[in-house]
Amino acid sequence: MFSIFTKLADWLAYSLFGLVPDSKLGGALHFFIEDTTKIFFLLVLMIYVIALLRASLNIEKVRDYLAKNNKFFGYLMGSTFGAITPFCSCSSIPVFLGFTSAGIPVGITMSFLLTSPLINEVAVLLLLSLVGWEITIIYVAVGMAVGIAGGIFLDFIRAEQLLQPFALKAYQTANVSNSEHNIDSKLSFRERHNFAKIELFDILNRVWKWVFVGVGLGAALHGYVPDSWFEANLGSGQWWSVPIAVLAGIPLYSNATGVIPVMESLILKGLPLGTTLAFCMSTVAASFPEFILLKQVMTWKLLTIIFILLLMSFTLIGWLINIIYVL
Amino acid sequence: MKEIKVLGSGCAKCVKTAEFIQGVANDCGIPVHIVKESSPEVMLKHNVMSTPAVVVDNQLMHSGSVPDRKIIEEWLT
Repeated sequence: MFSIFTKLADWLAYSLFGLVPDSKLGGALHFFIEDTTKIFFLLVLMIYVIALLRASLNIEKVRDYLAKNNKFFGYLMGSTFGAITPFCSCSSIPVFLGFTSAGIPVGITMSFLLTSPLINEVAVLLLLSLVGWEITIIYVAVGMAVGIAGGIFLDFIRAEQLLQPFALKAYQTANVSNSEHNIDSKLSFRERHNFAKIELFDILNRVWKWVFVGVGLGAALHGYVPDSWFEANLGSGQWWSVPIAVLAGIPLYSNATGVIPVMESLILKGLPLGTTLAFCMSTVAASFPEFILLKQVMTWKLLTIIFILLLMSFTLIGWLINIIYVL
Repeated sequence: MKEIKVLGSGCAKCVKTAEFIQGVANDCGIPVHIVKESSPEVMLKHNVMSTPAVVVDNQLMHSGSVPDRKIIEEWLT
């Protein structure tokens, strides 16, 4: 089904530009053309279709649902909603406060917020088309596991005590039914189409540059780093390579859309899966700009705890997957 | 004069919303006072979970997107 994009890249890179398939530039350009055309085609199609289906799910509904359900189930649901609800990091503060003031425990809210950047429909789609269903399942499972385990841990240490005073007060005086703005509606197809159209432009507008940066990096890796390099130096999943990969991901800031083409390239080059996942997830989830935003509702102490928690989870998971896969 | 607050943590759409409302008000010749509000406490007070949100004379009218021109005109008149 995707071979048309390979053919297009063959034609453009080798026939039109006259590059040699085995050359560095030829390999890199081919990778770049194939991935960008495939990704944009899939993005436009799938964002629209998924938005049509999801038009009636809004964040208020998610909150009401999470507030009503029991706590244990809540972590799983928090993480699941985090995966399927699209949201931009600029809404993390209102969402956090909305959940907290509805009496949803901080852990469940954080299950939502930690999973959200890692998993979304765009990421899953890219994974499926670039690295196959097996790694997609592992990626999704790992992302949700981090969100759920992180949430449980935060409630265990009573993280609500480490919120900013006004947020803690909102949590303690929680009142589920104080929504001023609760529209429950059946949508017509026209309304769904309009929602999907806006959503499509919105998401494309946000991710297109990441696609180019991500695919560009992936292509450069693909064309210019010798095949044997990763294999020889990191191929057997040396234990120290995982924490280094996690640390290397911190200053790099990307969203899932940008990092997945890089992931494809790293895996093709023979970097072990655990190390690759650890690096990519750290790049997406452990980013300073987003953590600084959360400072408005949390104390430094809680922020630091969450940050270290993420780094440790990615390292442990990287090790675990390397052990399973390399042995 | 109508007091209009645009709630949001400084995202591009919030800036756009504020400018758009100002534009519509100018077109209609209605004087308004628009404030951009990024304080989390104000969002909490109005129970806003998706931004940009618009508060007109202390009442939440809209949240989650840049509002349509028609809706804005209704608020103003």
